[in-house]
Amino acid sequence: MSIMEKTLDIKKATRAAFGDEILKLGKENKDIYVVDADIAKSCKTINFAKELPDQHINVGIAEQNAAGIAAGLATTGKIPFVSTYAVFGSLRMAEQIRQEACYPMLNVKIACSHGGLTPANDGGSHQAIEDMGVYRSMPNMTVIMGSDYYSTRKLVEQAAKIYGPVYLRFTRGDIPVIYDENEEFTIGKAKKLNEGKDLAIIANGDTVHLALEATRLLEKEGVSVKLLDMHTIKPIDREAVLECLEVGRLITVEDHNILNGLGSAVCEVAAEEGKGKVRRIGVQDQFGESAPYEKLLELNGITVENIINTANELLI
Amino acid sequence: MRILINTSIEELKEKAIEMRKTAVTMIHKAQSGHPGGSLSAADLMTALYFKEMNIDPKNPTWEDRDRFVLSKGHVCPIQYSALALLGYVPYEKIYTLREYGSPFQGHPDMKKCPGIDISTGSLGQGLSCGVGMAIAGKRDKKDYRVFALLGDGECQEGQIWEAAQTAVKYQLDNLVVFVDYNRLQIDGTCEEVMPLQDLEKKFAAFGFETKRINGHSMEQIVETLDEIRDSKNGIPKCIVLDTVKGKGVSYMEDVVDWHGVAPNDEELQQALEEIAGGLK
Repeated sequence: MSIMEKTLDIKKATRAAFGDEILKLGKENKDIYVVDADIAKSCKTINFAKELPDQHINVGIAEQNAAGIAAGLATTGKIPFVSTYAVFGSLRMAEQIRQEACYPMLNVKIACSHGGLTPANDGGSHQAIEDMGVYRSMPNMTVIMGSDYYSTRKLVEQAAKIYGPVYLRFTRGDIPVIYDENEEFTIGKAKKLNEGKDLAIIANGDTVHLALEATRLLEKEGVSVKLLDMHTIKPIDREAVLECLEVGRLITVEDHNILNGLGSAVCEVAAEEGKGKVRRIGVQDQFGESAPYEKLLELNGITVENIINTANELLI
Repeated sequence: MRILINTSIEELKEKAIEMRKTAVTMIHKAQSGHPGGSLSAADLMTALYFKEMNIDPKNPTWEDRDRFVLSKGHVCPIQYSALALLGYVPYEKIYTLREYGSPFQGHPDMKKCPGIDISTGSLGQGLSCGVGMAIAGKRDKKDYRVFALLGDGECQEGQIWEAAQTAVKYQLDNLVVFVDYNRLQIDGTCEEVMPLQDLEKKFAAFGFETKRINGHSMEQIVETLDEIRDSKNGIPKCIVLDTVKGKGVSYMEDVVDWHGVAPNDEELQQALEEIAGGLK
């Protein structure tokens, strides 16, 4: 069954994917470490902490220190994953990661739950809408958000294999499982979910299933839609974006500020090529508040309906 | 292997003269850099590099080596002096400090300079890295130790204390923290800018074994390093060194403005002459 027909009724949080995969990786490789900052239960690293205590460090509520310790571990050949919430993992420790991981090109991974609007009822303080943009600005950093449980597991596995700093972002809440367990993913290579010639949609993270539903509806209306899961926004898969620019009409969808994230990365390629008309769907450069996740998406137009409306505007 | 383990106090004092000369010479050539803190740390750095640390200049990435973290990264000229004198880098490279392509960057860069165990330069961050190295050493059952040199001013950064509590939690008796307590920072005395209170007591309150010594007495430095060398009591160590910024060059001593200024030709000559006479 192709992904276009698959029902999306099984749901799992991608933070659980990280917790499950890092435990597996840790058992296979004793150099894999997790550095927690008190919230192991929430970040799903608690089983790693229990089963692999010699590969686990909990620094308490001290994220900057967590980043530095990870760098120190990395100098000895360890592969540390710093685990916290995306707001703290990107902003509180941003300069530590810049100085001690990116600048010296050390093998430090930052693995963060609560990406985007997914910590919905926690309110604006906890919704990380700038994180991927922050890390996209840092030389040597790779920036990833998987779109479902299985793709996230594969991307975590790959992040452990490549050398250098990687930022991985996960959802707090459950999102639909899109892929089969055995689907393969490559960091830096977009996953093509559908081929089309009228319009291209590039989404990532927890918005891919929305883009997929919109694609199905548009296809029913006779619109041929090319759909990409751009799980890696840095390095951006330029070749895949160029293919979309050949289609001419592009929509980007992300659970991140429309500044500096996926939409910006795609627009940079489009502007350089002087091709394509791009519309960005994402957080409208505004902070969130406590609300159901779906309500927050709606407030920012990150909905199936808005993707379809935007498509129709482009297609006129 | 431990190099020059039997270096005498007199030999170390001679090395400290070479270290100070090299540091001021490279800063003079670059016409940029931080002489004050380089000179206040010179005696400790000499004892570490020419006696205490288990290192191999021919194999800078030797996995069993002792690690050194220069958390106060701006005083790298004194570390570069040690690396140049020990042959990690050809000595002539001291004349390339802060130049394009130099291993001797404005702040220590582990990718460009052999012998640098971690890149530093942003204050307050080094101790965390040292803690990570020390935890790895413990978990890997290695005998190496980690030495971290902090500035007094950077102890105003909260992250230092985050790292300190972690060192105690993980029982890092393989970690030795030094504070170069020269009492000056860019905007004035530490007392004026942000009083540090009693740093020795602060580290003791965090759970460290502490000692406060004269950071320009080679005898006291060596005696202290001898005392703590084989300690396996599960407690990290902190040595607070009372020092004088610019020590060894009369016109720089205890003068705030010599934090980050290079000497001119005449000043260099005077500095080299004074340093050659040894510490008073």
